[in-house]
Amino acid sequence: MLEVKNLEKSYQKDKTALKDISFSIEPGKFVAIIGPSGAGKTTILRSLNQLIKDDSGQILLDNQDLRTANKAELRKHRRQIGMIFQNYNLVERLTVIENVLHGRLGYKSTLAGVFGRYTEDEKKEAMVLLDKVGLKEFALQRCSELSGGQKQRVGIARSLIQHPKVILCDEPIASLDPISAQTVMQLLKELTEEFNIICIANLHQINIAKKYADQIIGIRKGELVFDEPAADLSEATLAELYDQPVTKELK
Amino acid sequence: MTGSIKYLSQKHWRQTGVIALVGAIYLICSWILQYNNLAGITAVPKAFAWLGTNFMPTADSMSHVPQIWTKLMQTVLLAIASTVVAAVIAIFVALLGSKVTGFNWVVQTATRGIASFFRNIPLVAWAMILLFSFKQSDFTGFLALLLMSVGYLIRAFMEIIEDEASETTLALKATGASYFQIIFQAVLPQILPSLISWVLYMIENNVRDATLVGILTGTGIGFIFDLYYKSFRFDAAGMTVLAIILVVIILEVLSNQIRKVIL
Ligand SMILES: Nc1ncnc2c1ncn2[C@@H]1O[C@H](COP(=O)(O)OP(=O)(O)OP(=O)(O)O)[C@@H](O)[C@H]1O
Ligand SMILES: [Mg+2]
Repeated sequence: MLEVKNLEKSYQKDKTALKDISFSIEPGKFVAIIGPSGAGKTTILRSLNQLIKDDSGQILLDNQDLRTANKAELRKHRRQIGMIFQNYNLVERLTVIENVLHGRLGYKSTLAGVFGRYTEDEKKEAMVLLDKVGLKEFALQRCSELSGGQKQRVGIARSLIQHPKVILCDEPIASLDPISAQTVMQLLKELTEEFNIICIANLHQINIAKKYADQIIGIRKGELVFDEPAADLSEATLAELYDQPVTKELK
Repeated sequence: MTGSIKYLSQKHWRQTGVIALVGAIYLICSWILQYNNLAGITAVPKAFAWLGTNFMPTADSMSHVPQIWTKLMQTVLLAIASTVVAAVIAIFVALLGSKVTGFNWVVQTATRGIASFFRNIPLVAWAMILLFSFKQSDFTGFLALLLMSVGYLIRAFMEIIEDEASETTLALKATGASYFQIIFQAVLPQILPSLISWVLYMIENNVRDATLVGILTGTGIGFIFDLYYKSFRFDAAGMTVLAIILVVIILEVLSNQIRKVIL
């Protein structure tokens, strides 16, 4: 269970990026965060694994507070939280399987990690996961040779090998064509249920959020506007979120 | 619509203005220096004619080839050695100083300052300064080239790290990887091609510069050129220049080939 309580953040004085954000998410749930550009979606997501240091509040993952962790503890927390990026953020020159295995670094001693010495089990698991995301034949190919959709699936495999409790996705499909986008969203949805993970995705497409998410959180100017089951999302709420009617998007 | 047209015509006038300004500066400068433009231009063909007759290598100059060759290789090796050592130092410093992998803003600012200091002292000045301490030796040339290359490479490497490795660094940080794991598993593999490309460029550059430094430090191909020149053996000096040009071209072709393979 992930609980966020009264999270606050401002990058500059007197300009709050997040104001009193609270929500909680059960395992196995797919959550979409929507809201206008600059609302604070990325800031929330990056606070959840402390890539951004927020100012105050609580972030409890199974009742342990990430915010008060020291450096070594934070490393242990982070390895339970996968992250997927709009630009995939892979090491393009390395092979697909090497990139997947990077997800294990948080579990390894510094030296083993530096030299990239992975166990047989880790390598086998990487292959199983690549099979799962449909990239088994690409294991030894360089990532630079893959399409965007394939790269994003490598990113998903890299986060899965972390054995995560949470996967954070910052606009995972913003650089993808509609078909690849669908594949990636479907995959995330299925994996969330199969592994009983919490999956949180920042999305700009409301129809996709409605289609795949169980729960939708709306953020506007750093404040939480709504947090409700995807099925309940109404035109009126959306109009409030974006300051204008968004009828077409809902269909 | 009219706004953008107005903007474009203004831009046009600005460009004309800049060109006129450059022309004016040139004229003023040559007036201050009492430089006679016409005489300057007419002197060019004469100078080339003189070069052609005097510096043309003759059959005799072939006897100098073995000596030129040894000195030239010395110079090339000096350039390669100084660049490689500079690259090793620069990568460590750049990792400490870049915004992505750097320590804190104090170290980052200091690194930028140091790099800019080494870079902005001209090579000849470095050589002259070092001559006091190390006399005329290969080591002086090595050190002069090293210091300047370090300055350039730190700056270049920092920019490469910031441009090419920030996204992957973020991704591995998020997995819980430690600092050194991120450096070796993400940053270095990611930036390697650009790194090598810069080192190759620096080697080409340093071979040319090593020639100049050699004149000052009395070593390598620069020394032998100076020697021939001052003893009026212009044909041998011409031969030396020819050899330098040849080696520089070969190096450039070679490094372009290597670039093609690694990029
Ligand atoms: N590093 C930073 N320094 C200063 N201000 C920042 C920084 N990052 C974000 N902000 C500000 O914080 C606010 C929230 O930004 P954030 O990136 O979280 O928005 P977002 O909802 O992810 O937007 P988008 O949909 O465009 O990605 C914005 O007003 C932004 O200008
Ligand atoms: Mg964002």
